[in-house]
Amino acid sequence: MIPDSGSRLSGAIMRPQDPASAGAPAAPRDYLQAQIRWRWGEIVFWAATLLPFVLTPSYLVLASQIATTALFALSLDLILGFCGIVSLGHAAYFGVGAYTAGLLSKWGYSEPLSGLIVAALAAGIFGYLTSFIIARFRHLALIMLTLGLALLLQEIANSASWLTGGSDGLQGVHTWPIFGRFRFDLYGYTAYTYSLAVLFVVFLVARRLIHSPFGLALRGIRENATRMPAIGAVTRGHIRTIYTIAAAIAGIAGALLAQTTETVSLEVLGFQRSADVLVMLILGGTGRLYGGPIGAAVYMVARDQFSGLNPQYWYFWIGLILIAVVMLLPGGILGGLSSVLARAKDKL
Amino acid sequence: MSEIALAARGLNKSFGSLVVASDIELTLPAGARYALIGPNGSGKTTLINLMTGMLRPDSGRIMLDDADITELAPEQRVKRGLVRTFQINALFPHLTALESVTLAVCERTRAVRTWWRKVSAYRLEIDEAYAILSALSLTAVCHRPVREMAYGQQRLLEIALAMATRPRVLLLDEPAAGVPREDSAELFKAIAGLSREITVLFIEHDMELVFRFASRVIVLVGGRVLVEGTPHEIAADPQVRAVYLGRAMGKAAHG
Repeated sequence: MIPDSGSRLSGAIMRPQDPASAGAPAAPRDYLQAQIRWRWGEIVFWAATLLPFVLTPSYLVLASQIATTALFALSLDLILGFCGIVSLGHAAYFGVGAYTAGLLSKWGYSEPLSGLIVAALAAGIFGYLTSFIIARFRHLALIMLTLGLALLLQEIANSASWLTGGSDGLQGVHTWPIFGRFRFDLYGYTAYTYSLAVLFVVFLVARRLIHSPFGLALRGIRENATRMPAIGAVTRGHIRTIYTIAAAIAGIAGALLAQTTETVSLEVLGFQRSADVLVMLILGGTGRLYGGPIGAAVYMVARDQFSGLNPQYWYFWIGLILIAVVMLLPGGILGGLSSVLARAKDKL
Repeated sequence: MSEIALAARGLNKSFGSLVVASDIELTLPAGARYALIGPNGSGKTTLINLMTGMLRPDSGRIMLDDADITELAPEQRVKRGLVRTFQINALFPHLTALESVTLAVCERTRAVRTWWRKVSAYRLEIDEAYAILSALSLTAVCHRPVREMAYGQQRLLEIALAMATRPRVLLLDEPAAGVPREDSAELFKAIAGLSREITVLFIEHDMELVFRFASRVIVLVGGRVLVEGTPHEIAADPQVRAVYLGRAMGKAAHG
């Protein structure tokens, strides 16, 4: 922790600053503003999300699923990467969103955009209610709690087959054309456009959120949760708020999946989904907003390719990638990239 | 000295059979500069934990001004002006100093409730954070992540974070812990320079510093207040010499 050079409390910092360093720091507001500026890497990333339309038009259905999962991983990043809440049951909120959108459609209302909003509300309310339990615990206890909550919900959905269709899944889900004009086509053109647009809009909201004073408080909780009360922070209140927001976003992701695939099965609530999204986020890198989307893209493309190569043993390769990433890039793909960039900068 | 800023009335706390606070009575007049001393394990940090709400007393009351705050959570006490620092740095390693102090200011002004506006739009909060850092001569390093700051600067940041909450009573747990002796006096000058409206209680082992910066000294031994008095009374007290200060007092007398 303590840097060895200059670790002493040098006289200079107790007295007026020496002239060499006095002019150096940027004006505080400019500096904070500069932290928020869009970087080149971000622009490249979003430009790259348009490439599937041109380069791999036959993979748009997969691309749409990736965008949906990327949104789901983004919502997990808000609580795990920015607040240190480890969840193994985040699919609960994804599932609530998916079933909400699915049921709305089954009952005759299949307008996609308002469906997303209703799903976000339902998942958000469920998130708010459960946040009162979540905010009281940390670390390992959270893993058990979130896992337990998701298992409970899945079994409730399973037994309430009059509502959910049980293990047969929800039948009769349709999605009306977007704005009454753009029909969902077989090739996933509309689906990917729609999912990508929703991902981008929610991403903008999340990006603004983490650069707000509230976002600063979340980083404070991640950095040192025990210090927060000593600066007057109501930590549990912050955790409840972000958990609710993350749940609503997960609900939007779930609704997107239900609308673009026009099916909802119990799998949306499953442990596999919670575990997968956690793996994708760690693969991409936590606490950077882009880790979820990048992890989702890498993981799902790899899964698609490996299962094509060898339908039986493809999890072998996934396992190999995971071990390699954790051993070689402890901060995930983005963490690795940024340390490579930092080293390159030092050399220049 | 005028009214009472902070008081402890009959505080008791034990962990199993280990008594860490025994019938502690304490009165800090507004604007006071008090030192809390005692051998290792005498319950000094425990007393701060009890007063700031990080520990619950088994019995006894804690009064801030005239209000009973015994039942309040730590963050509620901070909002009422009772603030502490930590003996072992408790900072935000990956935030910059400016971000850390801005966060503390935003918690006070409740700006942390908004999530749709950029931090950089909070002009008043940022300027206030910068002014606090500037008063502690930390502006040169304020854009550096805290973990890269020199240790002594981190100790100052502890105080900066506390100042951002606008304390009325400040409890400093060994503010100069780990700082070389010749520099700790400088750090204490910064503390002595705090507004007289702030009541200060500090834990410190160096008797020379205690003598220079405290108007009164409270001696804690085995979770009990052994004696309280002016530095000279404490220096002359045979009880204190016997249980605790024998060698250190001799040194201070020379210094």
